[in-house]
Amino acid sequence: MKTILLSGIAGIALAAAGATGAAAQVDQDAPQGGDMVVTYQDDVATLDPAIGYDWQNWSMIKSLFDGLMGYEPGTTTLRNELAESHEISDDGLTHTFTLKDGITFHNGREITAEDVKYSLERVTDPETRSPGAGFFSMIEGFEDWNAGEGEGLSGIEAVDDKTVEITLSRPDATFGHVMALNFASVVPREAVEEAGEDFGRRPVGSGAFRLAEWTPGQRLVFERFEEYHRDGVPKLDRVTFDIGLEPTVALLRLQNGGADVPGDGIPPAQFLQVVNDAAYEERLVEGGQLQTGYITMNTRMEPFDRVEVRRAVNMAINKDRIVQMINNRAVPANQPLPPTMPGYAEDHDGYAHDPEAAREMLAEAGFEDGFSTELYVMNVDPNPRIAQAIQQDLSEIGIDAEIRSLAQSNVIAAGGAEDQAPMIWSGGMAWIADFPDPSNFYGPILGCAGAVPGGWNWAWYCDEEIDARAAEADAMVGDAAAREAAWRQIYLDIMEDAPWVPVFHEQRFTLHSDRIAGDDSLFVDPVHIPVNYDYIHATEGQ
Amino acid sequence: MSAPIDPPSAAPVRRAGRGRAREVVGELLRRPRALFGLAVIVLLVLAAILAPWIMPHDPFEQSFDGLDLMGAPLPPGGEHPLGTDLLGRDLASRLILGTRTSLIIGVVANGIAVILGAGVGITAGYAGGWTAAILMRFTDLMMAFPALLLAIVLAAIFQPSLMIVALVIAMVNWVQMSRVIYTETRSLAEREFIQVQRAIGSGPLRILGRHLLPHLLSSIIVFGTLGISTTVLLEATLSYLGVGVQPPVPSWGNIIFENQTYFSTAPWLVFFPGLLIVLLALAFNLVGDALRDILDPTLKGRH
Amino acid sequence: MTGYLVRRLLESALILLGITFVTFVLLYMVPADPARQIAGRSATAATVANIRDQLGLNDPLLVQYGRYLAGLLQGDMGRSYLQRAEVSTLIAARLPASLMLMVTAIVTELVIGLTIGVVAALRRNRAADHSLMIFSFVAISAPQFVIGILLLYVFAVQLGWFPIGGYGTPAHFVLPSITLGLLGAGWYSRMMRSSMIEVLGQDLVRTARAKGLSRLRIVTRHVMPNAILPIIAMIGIDIGLFMSGIVVVESVFGWPGIGQLAWQAIQRVDIPVIMGVTMVSATAIVLGNLLADLVAPLIDPRIKTK
Repeated sequence: MKTILLSGIAGIALAAAGATGAAAQVDQDAPQGGDMVVTYQDDVATLDPAIGYDWQNWSMIKSLFDGLMGYEPGTTTLRNELAESHEISDDGLTHTFTLKDGITFHNGREITAEDVKYSLERVTDPETRSPGAGFFSMIEGFEDWNAGEGEGLSGIEAVDDKTVEITLSRPDATFGHVMALNFASVVPREAVEEAGEDFGRRPVGSGAFRLAEWTPGQRLVFERFEEYHRDGVPKLDRVTFDIGLEPTVALLRLQNGGADVPGDGIPPAQFLQVVNDAAYEERLVEGGQLQTGYITMNTRMEPFDRVEVRRAVNMAINKDRIVQMINNRAVPANQPLPPTMPGYAEDHDGYAHDPEAAREMLAEAGFEDGFSTELYVMNVDPNPRIAQAIQQDLSEIGIDAEIRSLAQSNVIAAGGAEDQAPMIWSGGMAWIADFPDPSNFYGPILGCAGAVPGGWNWAWYCDEEIDARAAEADAMVGDAAAREAAWRQIYLDIMEDAPWVPVFHEQRFTLHSDRIAGDDSLFVDPVHIPVNYDYIHATEGQ
Repeated sequence: MSAPIDPPSAAPVRRAGRGRAREVVGELLRRPRALFGLAVIVLLVLAAILAPWIMPHDPFEQSFDGLDLMGAPLPPGGEHPLGTDLLGRDLASRLILGTRTSLIIGVVANGIAVILGAGVGITAGYAGGWTAAILMRFTDLMMAFPALLLAIVLAAIFQPSLMIVALVIAMVNWVQMSRVIYTETRSLAEREFIQVQRAIGSGPLRILGRHLLPHLLSSIIVFGTLGISTTVLLEATLSYLGVGVQPPVPSWGNIIFENQTYFSTAPWLVFFPGLLIVLLALAFNLVGDALRDILDPTLKGRH
Repeated sequence: MTGYLVRRLLESALILLGITFVTFVLLYMVPADPARQIAGRSATAATVANIRDQLGLNDPLLVQYGRYLAGLLQGDMGRSYLQRAEVSTLIAARLPASLMLMVTAIVTELVIGLTIGVVAALRRNRAADHSLMIFSFVAISAPQFVIGILLLYVFAVQLGWFPIGGYGTPAHFVLPSITLGLLGAGWYSRMMRSSMIEVLGQDLVRTARAKGLSRLRIVTRHVMPNAILPIIAMIGIDIGLFMSGIVVVESVFGWPGIGQLAWQAIQRVDIPVIMGVTMVSATAIVLGNLLADLVAPLIDPRIKTK
């Protein structure tokens, strides 16, 4: 998912609203008009939907661009966006999308099927260097095109002005979600070609807002796109993003009436202050998120190549204490999937905290006296603190773990080397789902494909039998329940091998001013992360 | 612009050797402020040495009672005289143990930087010519050197250790001082009293030690003492990048660094280590000032 | 004089060349793969390999450096890996804000620092001197993050005198300048005090006193000009110190300067941006030092430019 520079609550993405699949969380009668100010700490690198993959630009791109598919606001329920209809052939290989009538880009030109083809070929073109290219690997012809051969994606055909037919090389149940990713946004060829590499500075899409002003490092202003294809959307006339504000300062601004939403959430240091302040009770919003923080154990390094050792570590970690230490801004975890993800095993207990049993298990594995190892961690608060709590838990069972606290890119590099990092605490780089589907927690971080130099499978866990079952599960188009069950079993079997210690799932906490309103779920939108700008309205609409 | 002024051309007669040293120490001890400074330094050194015996708690123990139910650290008082940190550890104990790291950085590494900086500055300023050009351009180069990048690379190559961070600090911190000393030496070297010494054939070492150094002492003391504060804090930055001491080992700098965003809710976590840094730097400053007064020929007998 | 200037400029160019090389080598050694940062975590090994290839990251170090240098000589600093924009554009958009803040901060620290230094020297070993000494040491020891937030809280939130961060009007400059300048003010005050005391003890002052000149006249006409020399030498140093302080101050006050750009680039191994920012700050430091060396003889004619 997005590479994140922040930590803790501020840095994380994809929240899952309480009830997935609930009806639209939108107040249809809310007046249009008004504006709001959103703050972010980090600068916006680009607004090109093929490239943007950061915390702060993810939701901006969602408001500037649309793809064929989208989500009901505040939920993880798929819906048609630019597409009027979406039909799937019986073998699950051919997807036919019909575009809505009279939809236009911000430059006024009508969107055609050719644009869809162009956009998908652009994102998968190796010249584009898109971090999202890999998501489209199920489309026929991807291998050749992405390797720089051929004349585009052979699997995509613009049948007529309004109809696009996409052929897949394998059935894939996640394809609808993939077509709703930012990377699948439809862009106008002429604007891209005119701007060249600067398209990310001068974006033209078909989203609810269009970019009106951008002062680098300082401010972006979005204005309502009058021709938007949904009536009455967006609610606000204008959204202003103030960039470069430290979360602590952003909070001061909000308290002083100078901002409406802190895009980075409530900073950990001020969390208790805000939560205990009655003035914010009404406007404090909590949401779950599709995130898991975990410890990886390198299964190819001694002594973590022994499953007993990995299980013992699982039993040694006091997750409740860690959750307490971060002010209960998370719930303890016992499996890779977060609770709001389809496929989560409700009745699974996982490894209980039991240092006594853990010590015995270590002794049986031949480590009566424990051993020494290293724990890598990203250097941004609260991660070094969490690592120290883990270190103390490990010392309880005789494991002497030395902490290596490093810059994010160094930790990622260490994890991607087969013999460098015995243990890594994933915080700050933890896996957050790109889309609400259980398959998204497997491939790069637990599958064989990720267990390569430079990969993200830092446990270097690779079970070919499970890999095969994962591929099978993804091909189960149509029977959602059976597919969910298959994935559930996959993750439970992985936990038998214990390559990870799942520690907690973060909760997101945010706040908004009384100048704006909307359903709580919009402020912790699970897809339009962190905030769904399109449906929030002003309390004093003009 | 007024005419530049020369200090008195003849330094007062001094007795050499051990007798002189004893006299200086005696003078120091007669000055209350210097005595106070010395006492603070001695106390801190003792705290560093005796840390294991004087810490009220285990500095690494993340006590369950050290946090309240919401996970907030405890303010000073009761069981924990200076409060607890964000992991529920006793702050007083961590500060005492942190004295070790911070003294090594602030006094030893900073001291090396001071000697290096003064040496380069004096040599370049006195010798002039190509020696000066080469030394000062090297100083420019070091000043513009991307030290943070170097730290990131070192962090990846070496096991983190106090030694490396001390070396990096000694390596980057001498440059500021060398520039100031260089400029001052250039000015001094042209003055009559030095020219006279040169003319009568005094050796360069004698001129440097007897006639230049006393006039440079005040700048050296300023840089040396202020450098204590900056290096102790710099250690935290470098350690943050993975070069220096790693958690859970405490230092005054890293305690401040880790907790600074929490200062509105837990001010003691920033206040106490900050106080210690100021105290250490002030103590050296008091001793240094007194030392300067005693040694500086132009100020002799006029306090 | 002209000869000296030409020689120094040539030397400066050489230093900058050295800095680009050292930085390039360090970036080459950093064990983080820029291609991985661009490709994101869902990328396949093939995609990453392709990106490495496109950016020429597989070439030998010297080939890469040569290519960078060739571009640089034509005024091309390359494009940011992550933002895709021209590095020169990115820097040009942010440099004015940083430079202006630097200037106001230098003025702030000179005003505060020299005032304190002069007062402390004249009131030597009295209560005022001691309190000012403590102030200077606190100013140097306090983390800038904490100073910045405290100032914001008191003067922007509570008193409402200044905006809560941001950039644009003169009012926006006040708090960041103080936050950034306080550290330097501490240094300057101590330097000024000690060099004032040094000068006050010299013959000329005694002579001037004997002549019956007023105290004010002695201090302003004779002591301060002589005491200021070491301060001049610190111009270049200051710029170096600002480069590190500016990252924190810019982030606290939401200042759209190059500090933020640099920090984010370092985190993400955005090599062209890191190179560009390092070049700019190295140039500033080298020129600052050159300026200091040129000004010194004007203050003290005995120092000759050779």
